[in-house]
Amino acid sequence: MKQLTLEQKLFLNGFRPDRDSHLQIKDPAKCRDCKLRQCTYICPVNTYRWENDQVTVFFEGCLECGACRIACKACDNLEWRYPRGGFGINYRTG
Amino acid sequence: MSERGEKFDVIVVGAGPAGLSAAYLLAKEGVNVAVVERGDFPGSKNVMGGVLYRRPTEEIFPEFWKTAPLERHLIETQAWVLTPESAFKAAHRHQAFAEPPAQDKDRGYNAFTVMRARFDKWMGQQARDAGALIIPETVVESALMEGDHVLGVHTGRPDGDLYADVVIAADGVNSLLAQNVGLRGELDPDQVALVVKEVIALPRETIEDRFGLTGDQGASIELYANASWGMVGTGFIYTNRDTLSIGCGALLSQLVERQVTPDDLLEHMKSHPAVAPLLAGGETREFLAHLIPEGGLRAMPKLSTHGMLVVGDAAMMVNSMHREGSNLALASGRFAAQAVLRAREWSDYSADSLAYYDQLIRDSSLYKDLYKYRNMARFFESHPEFFSLYPDLLCEAARDMLTVDGVSKRTKQRRIFWGALRRRMPWRMALDFYGAWRSIA
Repeated sequence: MKQLTLEQKLFLNGFRPDRDSHLQIKDPAKCRDCKLRQCTYICPVNTYRWENDQVTVFFEGCLECGACRIACKACDNLEWRYPRGGFGINYRTG
Repeated sequence: MSERGEKFDVIVVGAGPAGLSAAYLLAKEGVNVAVVERGDFPGSKNVMGGVLYRRPTEEIFPEFWKTAPLERHLIETQAWVLTPESAFKAAHRHQAFAEPPAQDKDRGYNAFTVMRARFDKWMGQQARDAGALIIPETVVESALMEGDHVLGVHTGRPDGDLYADVVIAADGVNSLLAQNVGLRGELDPDQVALVVKEVIALPRETIEDRFGLTGDQGASIELYANASWGMVGTGFIYTNRDTLSIGCGALLSQLVERQVTPDDLLEHMKSHPAVAPLLAGGETREFLAHLIPEGGLRAMPKLSTHGMLVVGDAAMMVNSMHREGSNLALASGRFAAQAVLRAREWSDYSADSLAYYDQLIRDSSLYKDLYKYRNMARFFESHPEFFSLYPDLLCEAARDMLTVDGVSKRTKQRRIFWGALRRRMPWRMALDFYGAWRSIA
């Protein structure tokens, strides 16, 4: 079958993105000292990207799985909450 | 409405199998129950691989298979051990699984593939019909506490405080609510598996041909070893009506350590020479991700406190050895409902009274299973050989024995035997298998 890029796959999902991000980096400076920066590869939808010496959060495609929160547990540098009611991912299959 | 906000008998947080079974059973007994769900409808935020067992579901929804939206009934279960170029397959199929349940209790459907977004919506409707109030698009932000007593929940809605005699935390693996109340701490990366899944559309005849099925029969495949790049994890392929669910994942700790992007792992498995032909011509419909609680009994939180019970994934109720989760969720929801009904008789919602739920869980078969496998996760985490070396040896041995090349079978046997011993000391191998057996026996 045809291989889709992650971006193409995300176009297939139903999202209702909120205006503001439900994910916040508590202290961006702290990420500079982070050795693995696991959020930049562990997130299934590539929410966190290392750009201009800091982590940028593209929360719109978030699947709300919680992996980033637990992966960042040691640094505790992620303010993680669910999107407001009615926003975020809307699965058709599940 | 009282000044301090709406009061219910019971508030269930989260409309998944655990929460909805509790809500349905309570509403049926005339209890005033509200289900607070953050999605648009029950199921819209819910993810699982896709297998739902009949008997545990029937304990709550008798003969649900006659009316609920199901995909296929499983008649065959396969297990594949993968190396990069080969697959060693085992399968079990039984005709008894192909029959609707009848008088003979030994026969009849065992399990179904389901889509959570459809099935949970149906369960939500059953709960609603029984009298439960489903409050969608509402996020519970914290518990309302007085000392160590849970009095209700604070939601993201304006004036959104809701009160109840008992709050049932059914808010899934991340259970911010159980954390908020202090029943458990934050999970560790080695206590959860991160799994990604694609739903891939194919004509139903194609699915039936490829898997050897007729009508609504279904098959499941669990994939090991190279499916998770040798990490502690698995892959799966489940047949739905006109889609396949394919997914894989591993312990979050190992994905972090090995610096693996989950979608790369999935694409790798999809392109395996034994897997790709099953998917050929398919079209991806949806991409999903989910954490599976893998901590087992050792990570189980405190299950109850004053005015609160914890059920399902929120309480770590997953038997990963047997890919069971939804049935534990349903059962724990049922036990929670029983405990609440008993507490109502005495109008006593204290921790002591609600501890009846703990007792019901501890006396149940789901607890016995969790106890049986309590050391499994730890064992396999510290024995990566079972996800790389041993699968390799198995597939190499099979290939050698099956290749007809003029070398005698006895010579091949010797070659395989001594070849294996060169890769792992015999005493280590003996310890590995003894340990593995101990951890699951």
